[in-house]
Amino acid sequence: MTGPSATRRRPRPASVALGALAIVLALVWAFPVYWMLNSAFLPNVVLQSTSPTFLPFGGSLDNLRHVVTDDHFTSALLISLAVTLLTVVAALFIAFLGALAVSRFRFRGRKSFVLALLLIQMLPAEGLFIAQYKMMSTVGMLNSVVGLTVLYTAAVVPFTVWMLRGFVAGVPVDLEEAAMVDGLSRTQAFLRITFPLLAPGLVASAVYVFLQAWNEFTIALVIMTDEQSRTLPLWLRGFIQASASRETDWGQVMAASTLVAVPVIVFFLIVQGRMSSGLVGGAVKG
Amino acid sequence: MSTRRGSRLPLLLIAPSVVVLVAALGYPVAWQVRTSFQHFGLRQQFGQPPDWVGLDNYRALLRDPQLWTVVVRSIAFCIVCAFATVAIGGAIAVLMKRVAAVPRVILQVALLLAWAMPVVAAMTVWVWIVDWRRGILNWLLVKVGIDGAAGHNWLAEPASFFAVAAVIVVWMSVPFVALSVYAGLTQVPQEVLEAAELDGASGLQRLRFVVMPLIAPVLSIVLLLQIIWDLRVFTQIKLLQDAGGVVNETNLLGTYIYQLGTGRGDFGTASAVSIFMLVLTVVLSWYYVRSLMKEES
Repeated sequence: MTGPSATRRRPRPASVALGALAIVLALVWAFPVYWMLNSAFLPNVVLQSTSPTFLPFGGSLDNLRHVVTDDHFTSALLISLAVTLLTVVAALFIAFLGALAVSRFRFRGRKSFVLALLLIQMLPAEGLFIAQYKMMSTVGMLNSVVGLTVLYTAAVVPFTVWMLRGFVAGVPVDLEEAAMVDGLSRTQAFLRITFPLLAPGLVASAVYVFLQAWNEFTIALVIMTDEQSRTLPLWLRGFIQASASRETDWGQVMAASTLVAVPVIVFFLIVQGRMSSGLVGGAVKG
Repeated sequence: MSTRRGSRLPLLLIAPSVVVLVAALGYPVAWQVRTSFQHFGLRQQFGQPPDWVGLDNYRALLRDPQLWTVVVRSIAFCIVCAFATVAIGGAIAVLMKRVAAVPRVILQVALLLAWAMPVVAAMTVWVWIVDWRRGILNWLLVKVGIDGAAGHNWLAEPASFFAVAAVIVVWMSVPFVALSVYAGLTQVPQEVLEAAELDGASGLQRLRFVVMPLIAPVLSIVLLLQIIWDLRVFTQIKLLQDAGGVVNETNLLGTYIYQLGTGRGDFGTASAVSIFMLVLTVVLSWYYVRSLMKEES
């Protein structure tokens, strides 16, 4: 465990070897992402040749263009967007109220509520989806955007309350009270003082919910049984199923994956730092 | 404001959370418990009232060799993946601590890229990598002299199917472990390490006797979470089955429940297996939740 200072004292070939090992591991972990992007630009003729092509020279945007103009893609995109945005709005609203209760009030049942949230958060969707499927079919909500939204909201609310709780606790009550001494009503004080200070926490939570709902596969697979009501992950699954039975146009499949993955990766990388500082903020006791 | 007792306001504030959780999770759990005591097959799908059969579903499960195969397989897969993930992730974290800034940042970015990949998108790439016709894996194996790899279908046999699945699951989970453990390592005070070095402790001894005890809590939490997550692994297995894997010999708990319920319409048995899985998860989660609750109060 020698730091850079020790390395400067006596340069060691070992640290060069370790550096090389780190680069090799980086290549291994990044390879699938690179391979997806690379294949997305190559025409099927090139991908079907016996030796692989490692750089997309001579490639084109044809695969991407083909996917974007596909009707199935557009409909899956719209459904995914609708479910994701509805879930973000519903989950943030519900979880924010819950976080307020948990961090600003001491009440009977508070501890059981928090305990229940933490336990529920660990429940596997795989242990529940059969019952959720029956429930949704009974109330006629299979293949319904609203039905899927309800299930997604319930799935993300526990962690979102937990995350927001730390942010709410981070805003001192004194600030609000000072504003009230200065003549603002309690609602005004909350809206003008506390709410703006919570914005980073709400953004971080919104991103968390967005990523969960956008990427979710298991519940969607069970609930959205019609081809017309597929979300993007289910639409991608269609390509995997097709690959089992016939020669696949892998260029198009990788273009499709790229379209689903790149926005998520960019989003994730941009907010990653803010999110982890948000999570650290969430560690402050409420 | 924070100490007013007896006010209705906090209860009103948690009401929406409670309602949505009871509707979307509580009701299904209750339905599942009830159905696990009923015979609920295809006849019931068409409106016949279900018959109460008491513990029959559970008794049948206990005697069902197929279920036991699936349970043992799931636990073995989960243990192998969880320990491999934590071992590799921990090793990568130690490596990141030792190397210079440039290779460290490159490795961190690569891990973040893998972490950010949506599961289904990652699965399409992996299916393409291991594709038996034009996949780069077989090409590479032939290149290094394993001629038998040409045209080999990795998903056709259970053993190689699970090897592929394990590699994918570990690849997906290592970034979280490596970055969490690395964050834990940066908390280890430099002075302690230097003092140990002055006292003549070798690099391995410092790792074993100074660093390990200090990051043991992070390692144990990460291992526990990994075990819970790997026990419920579904998407990766389902999609590899879709890509041409043999289904019956490759089922884990999640895909087995899916097959029982949506495939065969046997909701009674599916519910009993689901309850088994839920109980197993709650027991495993208990320690993790308790440690979080301790921080809370």
